[in-house]
Amino acid sequence: MLDNLDRRILRNLQSDPAQSIPDLGDRLGVSNSRLTRRLDKLRETGVLRGQQAVINWRALGYAVEVSLRVTLDKTQTRAFDDFIEAARGIPEVIEIQTFLGRVDVRLSVIARDMAHYQQIYRAGILTLPHIADIEALMHVARIKSDEGLPL
Amino acid sequence: MNDLDEFDQKLLLALTQDANLSAGALGRQLGLSQPATWRRIKRLQDSGVIAGRRLDLDREKLGFGVTVFLGIKLATRGRVSLDDFERAVSAIPEVQTVEHVLGMYDYRLRVTARDIADFERVLRRRVMTLPGVGDVEANVLLSEERRPGPLG
Repeated sequence: MLDNLDRRILRNLQSDPAQSIPDLGDRLGVSNSRLTRRLDKLRETGVLRGQQAVINWRALGYAVEVSLRVTLDKTQTRAFDDFIEAARGIPEVIEIQTFLGRVDVRLSVIARDMAHYQQIYRAGILTLPHIADIEALMHVARIKSDEGLPL
Repeated sequence: MNDLDEFDQKLLLALTQDANLSAGALGRQLGLSQPATWRRIKRLQDSGVIAGRRLDLDREKLGFGVTVFLGIKLATRGRVSLDDFERAVSAIPEVQTVEHVLGMYDYRLRVTARDIADFERVLRRRVMTLPGVGDVEANVLLSEERRPGPLG
């Protein structure tokens, strides 16, 4: 199980994943070798899986982001599989989530502008199989996005 | 910065899978020198295309078994300050992301909790007591998949 030091290590890494081991060690008052051993153990046990770069799609010219909340026709037994498989084929879909609730699947779609979005929506999204209903939420601003866990 | 060439795209794609890859290792994969690769990564960071890094933790192993997305509509009665709402909601530790959206909801929250009982506690004690909260819709996350997007 995790002890207090493990939690402090993960909490600090969460807030600044790019920091070096010596910097992190200084901040926590732990020697580099002890810190390295702890990090190795967190990786071995699969708690710490790695780090990923986060892309700012706006900086790449994708100014529009839309969250599409999809309800599927559940009388079709393969509705989820078929829908998700086909959604993976649309390059502008950057996230696919499935839910228990009023929404079945949510797609995050990015586009360069509204004209581009309309084109993706008509030619791509509306041709996906087994859709019963779609609602769109247009993204205005990201207020908090660290996705950190309250460790 | 819209002028990404093929190498930039491949670099970005590789870094979104593993941000710890060294410029040397990436360069070898792409057939670029270490310094040339480093310069490209630096340019992607400086121009803001790479916004930062995300630590990939196994939520369940850390005891966070439930993720719920909340759609929140602010009450229209008694003018609510968006700033007050945003400040208060961002301060809740279990709230991982807050997005301001247009449509049938005003805000979309990602909430993490140990289990459904823990989620209910967060919802009742922290979310429902926020200033100006009206309608709330909850959907429990079953699976999620990040896609490479137009890079892939």
